Amino acid sequence: MAKWYERTEKSILSDDKKEIPEGVWKKCPQCGEIIYYKELARHQHVCFKCNYHFRINSDHYLVMLCDGGTYKEYDAGMRSGNPLDFSDPIPYEEQLAAAIQKTGLNEAVRTVESKLNGMSIHLAVMDFRFIGGSMGSVVGEKIARIIDRSLEKKFPLIIISASGGARMQEGVLSLMQMVKTASRLARLHDAGIPYISVLTHPTTGGVTASFAMLGDVIFAEPGALIGFAGPRVIRQTIGEELPEGFQTAEFLLKKGFVDAVVDRRNLKKSIDEVLKFYYA
Amino acid sequence: MAKIILDFERELTEIEALIRDLKERENLYNENHQDQIHELEKEFESLAKKTYANLNRWQRVQLARHPDRPYTLDYIQQIADTWMELHGDRRFADDPAIVGGIAQIAETGVMIIGHQKGRNVKENMIRNFGMPQPEGYRKALRLMKLSEKFNKPIITFIDTPGAYPGLGAEERGQGEAIARNLFEMSRLRVPILSIVIGEGASGGALGIGVADRLVMLEHTWYSVITPEGCASILFRDATRAPQAAEAMKVTAQDLFDLGIADRVIQEPLGGAHRNPLKMAEILKRVILEELQLLKSFSLDELLEQRLNKYGQVGVYEE
Repeated sequence: MAKWYERTEKSILSDDKKEIPEGVWKKCPQCGEIIYYKELARHQHVCFKCNYHFRINSDHYLVMLCDGGTYKEYDAGMRSGNPLDFSDPIPYEEQLAAAIQKTGLNEAVRTVESKLNGMSIHLAVMDFRFIGGSMGSVVGEKIARIIDRSLEKKFPLIIISASGGARMQEGVLSLMQMVKTASRLARLHDAGIPYISVLTHPTTGGVTASFAMLGDVIFAEPGALIGFAGPRVIRQTIGEELPEGFQTAEFLLKKGFVDAVVDRRNLKKSIDEVLKFYYA
Repeated sequence: MAKIILDFERELTEIEALIRDLKERENLYNENHQDQIHELEKEFESLAKKTYANLNRWQRVQLARHPDRPYTLDYIQQIADTWMELHGDRRFADDPAIVGGIAQIAETGVMIIGHQKGRNVKENMIRNFGMPQPEGYRKALRLMKLSEKFNKPIITFIDTPGAYPGLGAEERGQGEAIARNLFEMSRLRVPILSIVIGEGASGGALGIGVADRLVMLEHTWYSVITPEGCASILFRDATRAPQAAEAMKVTAQDLFDLGIADRVIQEPLGGAHRNPLKMAEILKRVILEELQLLKSFSLDELLEQRLNKYGQVGVYEE
């Protein structure tokens, strides 16, 4: 016989845990502070205690930078094919479908036209959630097209990078996107149109070695990992631990490869200043 | 000399050794083995044809890395009538993993730039196995600008397992150095011919590989990452590189089929390393043909075509 204090009917069971809606609180991985999510969002997802920059997706950047959170998106429906019939260890189509499902995006970059403090801009924002922000044919093509639009309309271009590099599943076609984007930027440069590159965590590989490092002005978010080779590969090559702070935004600032490390809460203002320099 | 022999080369190498022995005996003892030699040579040829026609992608990668394969300076020595190496990036150092200089080929002045591997341990200490530092790319760019100033075509030889992933390289902006070369090469006002003579790994290859014409030798590979690197990411196991090479479609023929390589050059039977002189002779002929072809376009046409060539790469649906 069941003990009298054991409940037999499921319906009268109360929840064991206190109901906390998903994502109401977040713990800062750097200082351990427990932060109310809405508070975090108000601070552009920067820990107000230690300035740790949480990774945010493309939506957040668009809302943060575009006046009124409004923009006109280009080529939103563009999707990758599977030119190499890549199927190891799972078919590339399935991987793409899963990424699309997960992010609600069709690819790892979004390109828009908008205004920043009343000034016309073209903006490309990469999204790390989509196969590590990797650059395949679509990322390369969308970046190339937004550069072409900037050339045509003479709008300044801003690219926010977040990428593990070129996408392996499209092999050499991904590699060539580096030239596709860099060659367009050369034309933009010759036409005297500004390009501001913003490096976020992480920016590595083929993206670093193409458009990310070619900004007229390069900003980086605090603590962002930025490099060509990834830390794991370097560790393997040299057979020892990497120095503290190696390949961080602050490291690159010191070595002369970025213009400024900019707190995300000041990013719009910093871009604004460069744009005003152009428009003035 | 200790020779490295690949698995699928073993039988061929044995036949080669027999022929060599017989020829030696003829010389030393005045014997006659012509019939036997002839027989063996025929056997070699038919076996080699069969073997090399059916290589899988990984076997081609192995051939591309064959330690006896001719490197950039070997070809320059055979192809150029005059050659003067120029050193240094004028900023930090001279990187021996990339060589460059002025040359004359059949009375045409050209700038030649290429990755340079070492033939032995000592050489590879200096050449860093053909893995450039940022200074290598910056030297290359300086020389390309020089070539532009003198209105001379540029030939680049690609043969690298990748840009060097080290502390100093990162500190001095490996990514920036490669990015800058892509940017500048895309609008250099002289013809650029790139030839993959061995390995073309990733941005390290591309950093001197933006070209009007991309030519690949038959047993070479070129891709976004090494097969080992790909395997260690996809399968968490670098030993599955052969599988990764298949998946990424890395061979010269693959790149030709994908529309990336403009031309594939047949190597002497058994690969460039079995007959380097013949290979150099073929290469020289191809270089002269290609330069002739590039000369037929105006500079504006050339730049437009270069932009479009890379602009067209990619497969997507809208």
